[in-house]
Amino acid sequence: MTAGPEDAGRPPGEGASTHRDVAAEDGAGRKRAEHRPASFADAVAAEWIKIRTVRSTFWTLLAGLVVTIGLSCLLAWVFVSAYDRLGARDRLRFDPTAYGLAGINFGMVAFGVLGVLVVTGEYATGMIRTSLTAVPRRGRLFAAKALVLGGVVLVVGEIVSFAAYFLSQLIFADRHLDAGLGEDGVLRAVIGGGLYLTLIALLALAIGTLLRHTAGAVTTVLGLLFVLPIIGSFLPGDLGRTVRKVLPAGAGGAIMNTRPSEESLSPWAGLGVFTLYTVVLLVAALLAFQRRDA
Amino acid sequence: MIEARGLTKRFGEKTAVDDVTFTVRPGHVTGFLGPNGAGKSTTMRMILGLDRPTAGTVTVAGVRYSGLGTPLREVGALLDAKAMHGGRTAHNHLLLLARSNGIPARRVDEVLDLVGLRSVARKHARGFSMGMGQRLGIAAALLGDPAVLMFDEPVNGLDPEGILWIRTLMRSLAAEGRTVFVSSHLMSEMAQTAEHLVVIGRGRILADTSVREFIAANATSHVRVRSPQLGELGPLLARRDWRVEVDPDGSLRVYGADPAAVGDVAADHGVRLHELSPVQPSLEEAFMRLTGDTVEYHAGGRPVPPAPEAGPVSTAREGGAPPAAPPPPEASSPDLPPTAPDGTWRGGDA
Ligand SMILES: Nc1ncnc2c1ncn2[C@@H]1O[C@H](COP(=O)(O)OP(=O)(O)OP(=O)(O)O)[C@@H](O)[C@H]1O
Ligand SMILES: [Mg+2]
Repeated sequence: MTAGPEDAGRPPGEGASTHRDVAAEDGAGRKRAEHRPASFADAVAAEWIKIRTVRSTFWTLLAGLVVTIGLSCLLAWVFVSAYDRLGARDRLRFDPTAYGLAGINFGMVAFGVLGVLVVTGEYATGMIRTSLTAVPRRGRLFAAKALVLGGVVLVVGEIVSFAAYFLSQLIFADRHLDAGLGEDGVLRAVIGGGLYLTLIALLALAIGTLLRHTAGAVTTVLGLLFVLPIIGSFLPGDLGRTVRKVLPAGAGGAIMNTRPSEESLSPWAGLGVFTLYTVVLLVAALLAFQRRDA
Repeated sequence: MIEARGLTKRFGEKTAVDDVTFTVRPGHVTGFLGPNGAGKSTTMRMILGLDRPTAGTVTVAGVRYSGLGTPLREVGALLDAKAMHGGRTAHNHLLLLARSNGIPARRVDEVLDLVGLRSVARKHARGFSMGMGQRLGIAAALLGDPAVLMFDEPVNGLDPEGILWIRTLMRSLAAEGRTVFVSSHLMSEMAQTAEHLVVIGRGRILADTSVREFIAANATSHVRVRSPQLGELGPLLARRDWRVEVDPDGSLRVYGADPAAVGDVAADHGVRLHELSPVQPSLEEAFMRLTGDTVEYHAGGRPVPPAPEAGPVSTAREGGAPPAAPPPPEASSPDLPPTAPDGTWRGGDA
């Protein structure tokens, strides 16, 4: 589109815009330019601006980071301090990787809250109507939201997971209890911690979309992740154990184990079950989002 | 161009928009007029695909809203100025909207200049005054330089300067050949801005006409009568070929009569008059009468059953069908506001 010799005689401005060449007139004689249709990438770009221009994103991510890393280190330190008093059985069953990532089981709340807020924040302010006016294809809007949220939480979640792992292993190293990244299943567990946080955020997005209300959605997420396991712990015997294995938090948390445990599914099976919950809720949320009035 | 065909929206039992058909054309401001709860906002939400119609269709530039490739370049809408995240700056709010439709970022500064918000572009929207919020909403509507613009009660809560600004803006947008569709519940507001009117009441279209014709057809002058013997006078006047209504303040309005004739009737029957004055038409009244807000005079509260062959609705709807044909069910619908002189009390029928 550089000006060739044949353009030399034209007045400045003319030919500068490709729009002019395909300008059509509308009913009232206004010049209408043709534009490339908006794409999914445009919707993603807009969602990216949305998520980084509200403070709640920064604060929830910071809270998730501080709680996860802080608690992981604190629990590691407590374990190391108590190590001398532990029996042989406890020492044998000790899983330094899972223990070092224990903070994820608490920090996950913050990532869940972010997932909820990404959508309920729009309902609370009425922004959702503006968003749908700009991107009326609801599937596209929902997918763009999920992609951006998932991407942000994946990056931050992996950083948090690796930081929690490295810092806790430094503490364990005092007693030569630390597990290296090269050891069996360790890398999978640490990466899995970030994946688990990402899935939690997406699950929360789905619940937020279904309920369209911040407090209700946050309560539901907390109920799924914390209250269900408590109920499960009251179920007796084998039934109780089986139920606890497939409850959301139990299943998702399995990815961080490096030692086999009777109390949980195998790592990938567990994360698979959690992914299934997330996908089912996302599909339900998408259907509801497409059907309902905004 | 906005085209609604048989557009209907029910919320449970409640029919908010009832089989509405209209076309909004480019080149002038079209007012969408109706009292509170008439269904204006619901109709506009359906145009934007926010609410799903129960029945019927509505298109913008010939396609359903959700089928538009770059919706913000085709349609700019201000439904609710507060429909934005207050924690975001004005600039970022507009920027993300621009990005979503592939509109260049420099357009954000242009529209901020256009609405006079350049100096607060980096401020959070939640700190904005009502007028600033409204301007930001309008900036968002203008972002894609769209051919169709839609504003829902844009002057609500604005000061006189803001009102004047919006009025001028809407008229200049229309003068540029755009389609401008503006809702209001104030006839006086519409009379100053719109050239064409779509009047809606209880979800139905009551009129679709130019403002001038609307005034000519609906804003008829009347004679205002006060008397201590209204109970006697009312039926006497109504027995003539005049339409009589009771004003909320207790006086009578007599349509189709001149003061002298009304005075003669009163004198003939020995009825004392305390006031007898001609009243020039007011648009607000015309609108209120059309939307059925005034109380009709029924001579002692007896409702008169409309004769099928003279009923305004059946004649209008059946268009020359034989009088023997049974009226369609909606002919006697109590929901229909009285729209024509035929619907009022007539002495001859009693
Ligand atoms: N989401 C909803 N659920 C149930 N009823 C609704 C809903 N939205 C609107 N309505 C009802 O539909 C009718 C039309 O409402 P709408 O908001 O369209 O009126 P309007 O003409 O915009 O009124 P106003 O001048 O007050 O803004 C009202 O009776 C309202 O109560
Ligand atoms: Mg409204």
